[in-house]
Amino acid sequence: MHKVLIVGEHDGRVLNPATAKCVTCAQGIPDADITIVLLGADTSQVAAQAASLAAVKFVLRVDRPENAHPLAAVFAPQVAALAADYSHILGPSTSFGKDLLPRVGGLLGVAQVSDLMAVEGAYRFRRPIYAGNAIVTVEADSSRKLIATVRVASFQAAPGGGNASIESKTLAVALPTHTRYVGAKSGSTDRPDLQTAARVVSGGRALGSAENFKLLFSLADKIGAAVGASRAAVDAGFAPNEMQVGQTGKIISPEMYIAIGISGAIQHLTGIKDARTIVAINKDGEAPIFEVADIGLVGDLFQIVPELTRLIGT
Amino acid sequence: MQKIMVCIKRVVDYNVRIRVKPDGSGVMLDGVKMSVNPFDEIALEEALRIKERGSNIEVVAVSIGVAETQQQLRTALAMGADRAILVQTDVAVEPLTAARTFLAVANKENPDLILLGKQAIDDDANQTGQMLAAIWERPQATYASKIEISAGCACVTREVDAGLETIEVDLPAVVTVDLRLNEPRYVKLPDIMKAKKKPLDVTSLDALGVSSAAQHKTVKTEPPAQRQKGVLVKDVAELALVLKNKGLI
Repeated sequence: MHKVLIVGEHDGRVLNPATAKCVTCAQGIPDADITIVLLGADTSQVAAQAASLAAVKFVLRVDRPENAHPLAAVFAPQVAALAADYSHILGPSTSFGKDLLPRVGGLLGVAQVSDLMAVEGAYRFRRPIYAGNAIVTVEADSSRKLIATVRVASFQAAPGGGNASIESKTLAVALPTHTRYVGAKSGSTDRPDLQTAARVVSGGRALGSAENFKLLFSLADKIGAAVGASRAAVDAGFAPNEMQVGQTGKIISPEMYIAIGISGAIQHLTGIKDARTIVAINKDGEAPIFEVADIGLVGDLFQIVPELTRLIGT
Repeated sequence: MQKIMVCIKRVVDYNVRIRVKPDGSGVMLDGVKMSVNPFDEIALEEALRIKERGSNIEVVAVSIGVAETQQQLRTALAMGADRAILVQTDVAVEPLTAARTFLAVANKENPDLILLGKQAIDDDANQTGQMLAAIWERPQATYASKIEISAGCACVTREVDAGLETIEVDLPAVVTVDLRLNEPRYVKLPDIMKAKKKPLDVTSLDALGVSSAAQHKTVKTEPPAQRQKGVLVKDVAELALVLKNKGLI
């Protein structure tokens, strides 16, 4: 049996769907016994959500005031203390998991497999390198613990219907005070979350301004989509950083991705190649985005996007 | 603030098209242009800006790699680093080994701040800074888009999935940098000449007491699955129709 510990991501109210994707990944490990650990100030609400995921056996709650914000320096010693009972420690390849898991690995002296995209055995995995231009198969030392981050775009979320037992855990771990949370600024909107949305409308440098991104928002709102942006658009100040899709931004796998005015640099394609259907709208018919698009339309986005928005729902 | 250590990796240049070897043993690296990892270049630029705002701050660039990594360290010196250290090895080290190596250097150098890129664009591991902070038993601030240094601590704005988050860390600390922290300066010819005279010390993993033994083994390297090229539609009406027929809108 392989005892798998998944570090759940949440904001105190909602369990991040990345956690359910880690569960699916963990199910690929032969004979996996899956536990989710939640660290927070009060995890009662999210623990119930975690316990309802199919295939999860236990949910551990580690509630203490110091866990109010997900600081890696504070969480890592607690996860490392729990690790003794597990063979595998997984977390999502989100900014939360990417920050935390290597710190746990450092504390335990264990190397990490990053961005695990396929499980081929308890200690054998596939992962992308060079912005997804190559895929490596990695074998980890089975005499050690396995620490990995899970590329969430590669896995479907585990369904509900489970009934795991929830246990509160008190850990006698001294926590550092050298790292302090100051605040956060999020561009929270009523639109679906980019990372998990079924539909995404995304804009590139060709949009020309932040103002013109409104064209995309209108289309997105009509079809219930999240809005993303290419690095070029973010660098140009047309869109905030949390909208960036690609190698260094978010890696997503929506049902439909509409790329508007995005040429399709390899770093961007890395972030979208797991999308079910890619639609490209670009005035340059030679743009690399058309090499990967399922449906392409060559033309002026400033005419096409408003017209498409108008046609939908008529 | 007296000393900033910047960790630099030699990687295949950003613009090179990566091709997998037909025998699956890795990617083609022969004759390929090598550069400073772009994120590490941003880390160095930030160190230089902190140095220029302060007084008597020394910037030390450190790298681990083959003998030719001296080229990337000379670039760092030309940008403005005061001196450089190469931990020379022909073995491709894992992030944990890199962290242990940087720790050994940090224990000699005692920097107030260690800056490095959030990830290297070759293995995309995104681990070294966090592991280094863990074993150094110091704070980490990853994915920095703004760094403000004040007495004994750094206020760092981080790019996270939900937007921006600000944390305060006591120094010494490890900060890993993201794309939008700054735009690195161009190196001018006179600086390249000057850099030739700056000190570049070469040491080894053995001398630092670090084992290069790997915990992971790469058994196969393959090209990614290619998406099939799709269809072009002629106008918006057809696009809307195709999307509707596919049940996408």
